[in-house]
Amino acid sequence: MAEPRIDVSIEHKNRPESSDGDSKHPNTCPSCGSHYRDDELKANLGVCQQCGHHFPVGARDRIAQLVDQGTFREEASELRSEDPLGFFDLRPYPERLAEAEVSTGLGDAMVIGSAAIDNEPCELAIMDFSFMGGSMGSVVGEKLARAVDSAVERRVPLVSVTASGGARMQEGILSLMQLPKTVCAIEDLRDARCGFISVMSHPTTAGVLASFASLGDVIVAEPGALLAFTGPRVVQQTTREKLPEDFGLAESNLRFGHLDSIVPRTELKPFLARTLRLFSNGR
Amino acid sequence: MAGEDERHLRERLSRLRGLPLLRGARLRGDLDRFRKQLDQIEAQPSEETWRLVEIARHSQRPYTLDYVDRLFEDFVELHGDRARAEDPALITGLGRFNGKTVAIIGQQKGRDLNERQHRNFGMPHPEGYRKGMRLMEIAQRHEFPIVTFLDSPGAYPGVAAEQHGQGGAIARSQALMARLTVPLVACIIGEGNSGGAIAIGLVDRVLMQENAIYSVISPEGCAAILWRDGAEKVKAAVALQPDALHCLNLGVIDDIVPEPSGGAHLNPDEAARLLGESLGDTLDQLSALPGEQLREQRRERYRRIGVYSALGAETALRNGS
Repeated sequence: MAEPRIDVSIEHKNRPESSDGDSKHPNTCPSCGSHYRDDELKANLGVCQQCGHHFPVGARDRIAQLVDQGTFREEASELRSEDPLGFFDLRPYPERLAEAEVSTGLGDAMVIGSAAIDNEPCELAIMDFSFMGGSMGSVVGEKLARAVDSAVERRVPLVSVTASGGARMQEGILSLMQLPKTVCAIEDLRDARCGFISVMSHPTTAGVLASFASLGDVIVAEPGALLAFTGPRVVQQTTREKLPEDFGLAESNLRFGHLDSIVPRTELKPFLARTLRLFSNGR
Repeated sequence: MAGEDERHLRERLSRLRGLPLLRGARLRGDLDRFRKQLDQIEAQPSEETWRLVEIARHSQRPYTLDYVDRLFEDFVELHGDRARAEDPALITGLGRFNGKTVAIIGQQKGRDLNERQHRNFGMPHPEGYRKGMRLMEIAQRHEFPIVTFLDSPGAYPGVAAEQHGQGGAIARSQALMARLTVPLVACIIGEGNSGGAIAIGLVDRVLMQENAIYSVISPEGCAAILWRDGAEKVKAAVALQPDALHCLNLGVIDDIVPEPSGGAHLNPDEAARLLGESLGDTLDQLSALPGEQLREQRRERYRRIGVYSALGAETALRNGS
C-alpha cells in the first residue's frame, strides 16, 4: 500500500529495517509501488517513470541536474556550524553535525556558488534535506547572505532550491534569527535589482517557508512537495481539524495563490533558463 | 536531572574520543565543547529555567493591551486586513507616546476562557500579520515610529491559516520591516516563540523584560520533536536557554527591562513604568538618526547575527566579527 505522501521518511533513511520493510523490495516507489533500477531513476532525475513521483535529490545531484557542465564554482564551502548553546537533546549537537557531514559529504545543509544555466549566469543556493533535515542554522543563514552578496556583485539573479524542516532548534534563538537575516539579505538583492527565483522542493516548511523561500519574484514548486508553515501532523494534533487530502501540498498552494507554477523536475532546467533570460532582459 | 544526562554525555564523550574519523581539528574542538557541556549540566538549575517559563506565561501577567492602556494616550485601535478578516490575536493601532504619535502592533492573549478563545490564545492567522503590514505602511507614510509587542506561543497552526498563506505572510511582514525608514522597537513582554513572534520582530532595537522568554520554538514543541516526548519540556527549556541574559549575550536583544520584584503580574503599573522608561530612551536615540541610516543599520544588525566557523580558521566567528 502506498505511504501517505507527507511522510518525510528520508530523515530516517539509516534506521534499521522495520518488520514490514523486510518483505518490501528496496527499490519500490513509495507512491505507485513499482520497482525501479537505480541507474534508470538517476537518468530520469529521480522521478518515477511510472507515476511521476519525485524522489528526494541531494544538493550535489541537484546542481548537476541544473547547471551547464563545468560552470559551477562553489563558494563559502569552508563554513561549519558551531555549538554556541552546548546543545544536547538525546545526543549532543556536534555529534549530529559530525555524523551528517560524514554521511552527506556536505559542510552544512546548503551549498552556494556561481553557475550558468543554459548560458544564463546566475547564483545558486541549494539545500539538502539529508543534512539534519535541511534545517537552517547560522551557516545556512550566512551562506544565503553570501549568495546574495555574490549575486549583487556580479549583477546576476539568484536561484534557490529549498528542502527544509525549518529552523535548526539546536542553535536555539540564533536559528530563529536566521529568518530576519535571510529576509534582510533578499531585500538587499531587491535593492540591487537582481531577480530571485525560488524553487520549493519537498519539503519546504516552517522557518524556511516563513523567510527567504517565500520572497521569490517567481516561486515555483515540484509536484507533490509539502509546503507548509506547520506540518500536517502538528496541525491535526493541535486543532483536531479534519485535514483536506492535499493539505499543504504544492497543488493546494497553487490553488490558493501562493505559487506561480508547479514545474516537474524534468522541465526545471528549461523553465529556469527561460525565466532567467526574461530577468536578464538581453543585458 | 543531572545524573542521567551526565552519564549519557560521558558515554558519548568517551566514544567520540575514540573516533578516528575526519578532520582532527574539529573533533578536538568538539571534545572541549563536550567538557563544557558537562560542566554546564552539573551546574544547571533546571527548576529556575522552568519557573521563568511559567512566569512568562502567567495568567495574570500584563498583556499587550495592558501596556497600551498605561503607556499610550489617545489610543485608537484599527481593525481588519482590508482583504479577508479581522484577527483579534494581533492588535494594531495608533497612540501618543511622550506627545508623539506611534504605531502599535502586538500579539494579544486573553485572560478568561471566553477572551482567550476570542484572542485565539495570542496565535495570529495570516490575516493578523497582513493587518500589521497595513499599519506599517501607514506608519511609513506618516513617519510614525513603530512599537511592537511580542507575546505569542506561535503563529496559529490551522488548516485555514495554511491555506491563507501563514508562511508567506510571516516572510512578507519581515520583508516590509526590512524596508521601512522609521524607527522600529520590539518589546518582548511574555513568550516570544518562533516565526509567529519574529514576524513583527525585525527591528532596530529589541527590549526584553527580565522574566520574558524568546525562543525558536516552545519547550513543548521542541521536546515533542527532539525527545519525541512532549513531557520532556523542562529538559527542552533548559537546552533552548530562552532567558533574557542568554539572548543579550548572543546579541539577539539590546536591553533587559527590569520587572517589579516577583514578576510583572504582581505590579502591572510598575512594570509598565519600567518598560515605558526604557522605550522612551530607545525611541529618543533612534529618532535622532536619519531613516536611511536606520534601515542600513537594521539590515547590518541581522547580517552579523550567527555563530559559525571556517575550516582552517582558529576560532569561531562569533556574530561575524
